[in-house]
Amino acid sequence: MKLQANEPEGPLAEKWQKHQANIKLVNPSNKRKYEIIVVGSGLAGSGAAATFGEMGYNVKCFTYHDSPRRAHSIAAQGGINAAKNYQNDGDSIQRLYHDTIKGGDFRAREANVYRLAEVSVKIIDHCAALGVPFAREYGGLLANRSFGGAQVSRTFYARGQTGQQLLLGAYSALSRQIGLGTVEMHPHEEMLDLVLVDGHAKGIITRNKETGKITSHAADAVVLATGGYGNVYNLSTYARNSNATAIWRAHRKGALFANPCFTQIHPTCIPVSGDYQSKLTLMSESLRNDGRIWVPKKVGDKRAPQDIPEDERDYYLERKYPSFGNLAPRDISSRAAKQVCDEGRGVGPTGLGVYLDFSDAIKRLGEDTIRERYGNLFDIYHEITGESAYQSPMRIFPAVHYTMGGLWVDYNLMSNIPGLFVLGEANFSDHGANRLGASALMQGLADGFFVIPYTIGNYLAECRDKRATVGHSAFKDAEENVNSITKKLLNTRGRHPVSHFHRELGKIMWDHCGMARTKEGLEEGITKIQKLRKEFWQDVNVPGDNEEYNQALEKAGRVADYMELGELMCRDALERDESCGCHFREEHQTEDAEALRNDEDFAYVAAWEFKGVDDTPVMHKEELKYKETKMATRNYK
Amino acid sequence: MNVTLKVWRQKNADEAGYFETLEARNLNPDMSFLEMLDVVNNELEADNKMPVAFDHDCREGICGTCSLTINGQPHGPGEGVASCQVYMRSFKDGDTITIEPFRAKPFPVIRDLVVDRTAFDKIIQSGGFVTVRTGSAPDANAIPIPKETADLAMDAAACIGCGACVAACKNASAMLFVAAKASQLNMLPQGKAEKDTRVLKMVATMDEAGFGNCTNQYECSAACPKLISEDFIGQMNRDYLFASLRQKFLRRKKNA
Repeated sequence: MKLQANEPEGPLAEKWQKHQANIKLVNPSNKRKYEIIVVGSGLAGSGAAATFGEMGYNVKCFTYHDSPRRAHSIAAQGGINAAKNYQNDGDSIQRLYHDTIKGGDFRAREANVYRLAEVSVKIIDHCAALGVPFAREYGGLLANRSFGGAQVSRTFYARGQTGQQLLLGAYSALSRQIGLGTVEMHPHEEMLDLVLVDGHAKGIITRNKETGKITSHAADAVVLATGGYGNVYNLSTYARNSNATAIWRAHRKGALFANPCFTQIHPTCIPVSGDYQSKLTLMSESLRNDGRIWVPKKVGDKRAPQDIPEDERDYYLERKYPSFGNLAPRDISSRAAKQVCDEGRGVGPTGLGVYLDFSDAIKRLGEDTIRERYGNLFDIYHEITGESAYQSPMRIFPAVHYTMGGLWVDYNLMSNIPGLFVLGEANFSDHGANRLGASALMQGLADGFFVIPYTIGNYLAECRDKRATVGHSAFKDAEENVNSITKKLLNTRGRHPVSHFHRELGKIMWDHCGMARTKEGLEEGITKIQKLRKEFWQDVNVPGDNEEYNQALEKAGRVADYMELGELMCRDALERDESCGCHFREEHQTEDAEALRNDEDFAYVAAWEFKGVDDTPVMHKEELKYKETKMATRNYK
Repeated sequence: MNVTLKVWRQKNADEAGYFETLEARNLNPDMSFLEMLDVVNNELEADNKMPVAFDHDCREGICGTCSLTINGQPHGPGEGVASCQVYMRSFKDGDTITIEPFRAKPFPVIRDLVVDRTAFDKIIQSGGFVTVRTGSAPDANAIPIPKETADLAMDAAACIGCGACVAACKNASAMLFVAAKASQLNMLPQGKAEKDTRVLKMVATMDEAGFGNCTNQYECSAACPKLISEDFIGQMNRDYLFASLRQKFLRRKKNA
């Protein structure tokens, strides 16, 4: 299989404009003859469905939530980047592009990233027009804040809930189209299979969560905007229902899965407090400006932090990275925390945590100043842990936060299956091996509002003769496939609930395919996952029936998919015998424990082809050619 | 710690519901209330019984999915929190805790503690938006908005659409929810053009869905996980009054 990225010719700065001028259009009176399925209603899905509706297409939008407004885009806190240069600090499309591709450690496709930077400016215009209450300065103009990985102030925000406000903006645009009848909304309807007719994506199979009814839906194109797959790790900052089923079932139907091992692990989250834990909550990275990170020097020191004298504390980031100290980059800080906990010096009841101590800052600046700077974060911490960070240090630990990998797409956001498009976190295209802060919202909205509405026309204009109806045998086969999975899950009647297997898988993934990876560890992980997968299908217990509201059954199907995806992530991490961005192979590090990239052998996208559950997948390479960008070593010193 | 739960069980909207008593044992006070339910459900599943169905997703108080009435209070004890932000340390060892769905006629029960809140989506679909086609917006700084206005709009926009306001009101009024969205958009210059039709249509849809009228007792604001102020209801009422008058005037002018 030859992967065609379909990048337009010409200089980077002209590609998108040229492409827009050259791609095929669907004439307005013909648009109403086309049906498009959009799965997911986050920033990318809502934006795409709303815009398709405005353009005159017939749209069906699906979400497993009770309302499109619940998608997990809603939880993003910090902000959204855009190269507006409103601050007059020298920002430009070129600069945003460069920061993003460098932040991704040169493992993303040049042309896609440039386009992302280019359309970023339109996103802010559109969202302001939709009534998103962005933060403003006293003169009434938009305010900005700074974010990691950039030397300019280009992040737009709405308090600490930018994701919520942007999602509600996109949801309002979608709602307007639903009201007008151009979009048919299907809440509580979960996609369980993709249907191919003559090799083209022509529909999906869904299960209604309330009735269990399985339904076929045919269309001229299918757009997946179903988010990331970090819940493979069980514990993450993702919503509990975020899952990989839509993209994984598409993968099983032939869509290539690109760079599955690229997972971002955020250093400052509230640690696990027990076996029952369901969720990890992020604490803004900004806390590291005034907090000092430490653990006891002695292994197994269980004294209260106040009782540990200064000379028995190890401020390990300050010790190891004297120039950056507590503000060392995300990946370094995360790995260092793991290391001290592995040594048995972690704090808190589980030993998986480190202190983030504000006592020096409080002594220096006073409690009021600290309250002014971080009051809301201290409140969240108090709400969750019942502890006051003014009196004793916070306990933090890294957590899975985002997946850069996803289904492979070309410049038009079309996967290798014609007619199947993938947007937002569900695709792999823009963040390489590491995503910068405030870039996820930007990508979701760019893909949904400003890229796919144009590029889908190029496909639709060409496929007029390739229409399918639900009467086609491919739909019946897919429905049977879905039913057989459900039956198998319900009929196993084993000894353990689904959550048991999810927890076990999460542990394997975290230990073997987490912040630091080795050849031996990954090989062991693969063996363990294969064994666990076998146990799952022999010993899972899913109560109830298909024909009812059955949350245990929903969860079981998702965990069944994680059992396969987890193995692929380990394989990808094993194959990528270099360190880059979030992917840290212990075998490949500099003397200072920085990721050691190998551009000669690994400057490619690894796109995996499914060959069967127990068969080895096949990797296809898309070579990454940097024509206008110099591949430099990331330097944070 | 151990607690006894009296949980509302109801197979679907058509069948009658009842309270089931369940024991939750060996809990950690640092657990969230929903994690306590996870533990209870794991035990039920291991016994091959149907777990208690409840809605949840982000578990950090922003998605608005969770919707439990705990001891008669929507979202339970604590000010300005959603059900997912309630922790077991708010209860005592040996407590009996009653858990019900958000009760309101326009929110029919789907199963156990899960209710259908699509009536909220219908209200937004009728007018909770600014009509602007993708790609047609002017530069974002072309329309300055005073900081105070933007901040106030943000206060209203913080609504998470959970429905606690409805569940807390003895009239099952959705006025706080509707007022939050209508006020946010009506006070911003971008939303001015559709100010009248927005409020009229949203209120009409709210009435059609069967939500009751405001009691002026503001249980809604007290139960709101984002503490949205009842002042927005006053603002919506003003917008509604002027919009109705203007509509009447316009109609008369047309007829003349």
